[in-house]
Amino acid sequence: MDAMASETTSHTEVPGEAHGGGTLPQLDSSTYPSQLLWLVITFGALYLLLSKVLLPKIANAIEVRQSRIAADLAQAEQLNDDARKASEAYDAALAHARTKANSIAQENRAQVLSELDAEQAKVDADLAARLAKAEKQIASTREKAMGEVEGIASQLVEDVVSELTGSKPSSTAIKSAISAAGR
Amino acid sequence: MANDPLHQFQIKPIIDLFNVGGMDFSFTNSSLFMVAAAGTVSAILFAASRSASLVPSRIQSIGELWYEFVANMVRQVMGSEGMKFFPFVFTVFSFVLMSNLLGMFPYFFTVTSHVVVTAALAVFIIAMVVVVGLAKHGLHFFKLFVPSGVPIAILPFISLIEVISFLSRPVSLALRLFGNMMAGHIVLKVFTGFVVSLGALGIGGIIGALFPLAMGVALTGFEFLVAFLQAFVFAILTCVYLNDALHPGH
Repeated sequence: MDAMASETTSHTEVPGEAHGGGTLPQLDSSTYPSQLLWLVITFGALYLLLSKVLLPKIANAIEVRQSRIAADLAQAEQLNDDARKASEAYDAALAHARTKANSIAQENRAQVLSELDAEQAKVDADLAARLAKAEKQIASTREKAMGEVEGIASQLVEDVVSELTGSKPSSTAIKSAISAAGR
Repeated sequence: MANDPLHQFQIKPIIDLFNVGGMDFSFTNSSLFMVAAAGTVSAILFAASRSASLVPSRIQSIGELWYEFVANMVRQVMGSEGMKFFPFVFTVFSFVLMSNLLGMFPYFFTVTSHVVVTAALAVFIIAMVVVVGLAKHGLHFFKLFVPSGVPIAILPFISLIEVISFLSRPVSLALRLFGNMMAGHIVLKVFTGFVVSLGALGIGGIIGALFPLAMGVALTGFEFLVAFLQAFVFAILTCVYLNDALHPGH
């Protein structure tokens, strides 16, 4: 086998290497134990290193990032919610303040109006009282004046008659004469 | 040597370790690139997981992309209960992918171009399917071979087909990866070998070498695709088979 192999592999550089040339090196079973041993060693070592150390680390990094993103999204949603609630509260407060202001204005107007009415009524009553008093005074003054007219007239008549006739007329005659003239 | 397309698959001892019962367990170029593949995967993921910051760095993004890619694959095929196999599937995918990619460098050895490596992985995966299936479901695991809703008359026939299909899984799993990697490297070697031998023939040969040169460039790009695709197919089939262990009743 060796002789045949070295014959067919005359172009092989290293003469000591028997496996080459016409036969497949893959079918040379003398290399199998070494390949299998080192496959077990390297594959096993790689498996242990990956499964125990490296893959958990990478998985952890991915996990941390995903949970961070989820937490941030949740927080953003929470903040958004808060902002909306604050906006709603502001709107409600504004509406409340507006209605309150309206009612205060209404109340004030009503109060002012009622005070104005009361003042006016008072002034009106005062004026009416004064007017009544003045009218009464006028009436009494006229009464008095009218009462004195008869006395003055009878005096005047007496003076005129006595001046003209030289005799004093009786008071009853004067009175009847005046009342006849006044009619 | 330069034109022998099989030379690249030769296994040469680097350090003679020990012989047990006539079996040679030397540290070979294959062993070296197994260590290199595992070491490269570890180094990248170590760099990716070193600074686990909230806003990932470039290398951390690569690590997380890689992680999510395999995690999504496992979740889609097996559901969330399959995540306990995630480290195993991730290791299979990463080891195969890195072995394939390292093999694309000139003068580098391709670990997965040896059938004993791919067969060992495939047999281990199928053995794991059987062990997990039996441990989890007991004899119900064998429902895998008895599809529901099949008429009793043709059931033995169907079961026979199912058993054969199950037994052929490790074979197809091992040969697909091995065949793709070996054939790709042979084709690359043959085409680029043409460039060298035609180039030695003078001016006409140099012009004639342009075609295999262009093919070599195109095939190199194609082989990178195959390197990734075969690692992906190997990993997703691992998921599909492990899914049978979790849910044998179809």
